[in-house]
Amino acid sequence: MLTKTSTRVIGIIIGILIVLLLMWASIVLGLTKITTQMVIDSFTHYDQSNEHIIIQTARIPRALIAAAVGSSLAIAGAIMQGLTKNPLASPSIFGVNAGASFFVVLGVSFFGVTSITGFTWLAFLGAALAAVTVYALGSVGTNGLTPVKLTLAGAAIAALFSSMTQGILTLDERALDQVLFWLAGAVQGRDLDLLIGVLPYLLIGWVVSLFIGKKMNVLTMGEDVAVGLGQKTWLVKVLGAMVVVLLAGGAVAISGPIGFVGLIIPHVARWFIGYDYRWLIPYSGLLGAILLISADIGARYIIMPAEVPIGVMTAFIGAPFFIYIARRGINE
Amino acid sequence: MNNYVKLKIGKLQFLVNKKATTVILSLIFVMVALIIASLGIGQMKIWPFDVVKAIFGYGEDMHDLVVNQFRMPRILLAVLAGAGLAMSGAILQGIIRNPLASPDIIGITAGSALSTVGFLVIFSDRSNSLSVSIQWLPLASLIGAILMGIFVYLLAMNRNGIQPVKLVLIGVGLSAAVEAVTTMIMTFGPIYTAARANIWLTGSVNGTNWSEVATITPWILGLVVILFFYTTKLNMQELGDDLVTNAGARVQRDRLILLVLATALAGGSVAFAGGIGFVGLMAPHIARRLVGSTYAALLPTSALIGGVIVLVADLIARTAFAPLEIPAGVFTSLIGAPYFIYLLFKTRK
Repeated sequence: MLTKTSTRVIGIIIGILIVLLLMWASIVLGLTKITTQMVIDSFTHYDQSNEHIIIQTARIPRALIAAAVGSSLAIAGAIMQGLTKNPLASPSIFGVNAGASFFVVLGVSFFGVTSITGFTWLAFLGAALAAVTVYALGSVGTNGLTPVKLTLAGAAIAALFSSMTQGILTLDERALDQVLFWLAGAVQGRDLDLLIGVLPYLLIGWVVSLFIGKKMNVLTMGEDVAVGLGQKTWLVKVLGAMVVVLLAGGAVAISGPIGFVGLIIPHVARWFIGYDYRWLIPYSGLLGAILLISADIGARYIIMPAEVPIGVMTAFIGAPFFIYIARRGINE
Repeated sequence: MNNYVKLKIGKLQFLVNKKATTVILSLIFVMVALIIASLGIGQMKIWPFDVVKAIFGYGEDMHDLVVNQFRMPRILLAVLAGAGLAMSGAILQGIIRNPLASPDIIGITAGSALSTVGFLVIFSDRSNSLSVSIQWLPLASLIGAILMGIFVYLLAMNRNGIQPVKLVLIGVGLSAAVEAVTTMIMTFGPIYTAARANIWLTGSVNGTNWSEVATITPWILGLVVILFFYTTKLNMQELGDDLVTNAGARVQRDRLILLVLATALAGGSVAFAGGIGFVGLMAPHIARRLVGSTYAALLPTSALIGGVIVLVADLIARTAFAPLEIPAGVFTSLIGAPYFIYLLFKTRK
């Protein structure tokens, strides 16, 4: 564990370097061979060659999107785990992905939405609704729900949404055809405009998340302690919930449902940092980006020339991790 | 002991709980009435009297066809699947000593879904027809359910045996992972398979034929017979590990057998009826309110209530948006999920 501030800062710098390195790898590696020189040329002397088109419209967007989505999901997970005091809290377990999927399917089927931009806003809405619901359920009363119950409430809401999603899809095969690719969760084939459209919300989320770290530290000591120290706990909770909605909603809006990043990463970050949220949040962001870019690069090689959906990659990495935490005991 | 009536058959003596008997008999009455009503409702309306005539083979030819060939199999399947899921839920809630456990929460349904979707994709050929008989589908789902069950139990086990809370959490986590894989398979497979898989995932008894009913009936009934001998053990499980061990019961062995029974009941039900959600959760709760938590009364009451829930859900599913059919599972989830969350709050300490 890194205890000194100086080593923590160095850790952040190393993290940023790794993210940049991986983004470079993500642009260069894949079925089509790309060299660094080509990447530079595609900016300076764009010549409409296949490689340049691939770099500009496929590789660079997916590297940027993977980084943005990964860090957003991880930060959302870290804040959810802190606010609910539940080590198993994360966007996918709490039904945020299922809520987003339901709204997308609803929009496609009943309101004839076909554009991917339309999907984005519907997903945002659905994710926000699910996040607010579960979060509200968890914070009603003095102590809210216990971790186990909160996990179960999330699972119930996820089940409700996915059952309704499937219900609509059984009636409407055309909708099924249109949304199936979105439902699997992916960072490839997404337009850069999509990221740019959502980026303002993600930026607000990232910035606010960096400033509430100190308040989160106080809050995790317990509601009573925090109130005793003069904290407006409701304000911290509302800000935290807002960040979760912005980040988890924005991430799912760009990439579709990708699970387990928000669950695993905060735990990994804790190995480096412990429970200090001022550092935990930025570390989670960097590690989330690292995980998702790596998973995306890996997804290209497993069944080449086809690709494994990234949501499946993260599920394969995440499920064993979830089981590990659940087995170790969630009372710690 | 005014609540009990002594019943003597030869050398066997039973104490029969008056209240439970009344509840069970009334539920049987409700069930029969609903079955007759449901047989008569649909595109072709048939009066209850004509339904009864048709059942016993004295009806008009057209009535006979609709009642006995079209509607009866799906209604019986709905009842059996509902009963299976409800008993499975009752057992799990007993073992886990948590009122929130149910076969779908601990992941049995998700495992079944994965193997069903896998089956549909693997055995579909280019022209989108299955290369093997569709009758193998239930077997595939059952295998998925059981494998998932075993997997979850093994992971929830440590030196001291299976820990109930961990069983639930690991079930939730594994379900999420398995669902991701299911979605992936659906994305890669042909759209026809995806459409078909979706109906199964939500749970529907549409298009049931008699051979399916003939397969599920002995499965469920056989398990009920075995379960009958384990009812007392199930009562013991609720007491908590220490007390039961002191009372001389083999907690972990009984727990394992009961878990296998619960998995087999749920697996058999979803194999034929698909992933109908929340029945295994709701039915035992309602039953507990009616007859208390002695399993000899709770199990049959849960089974009847489970049957009624799926029966009614299916009736709504096929009539509400007629001629369109909605999977029955949509309606069980619409009622079940809010109920589940209500329970979360109610059982809070």
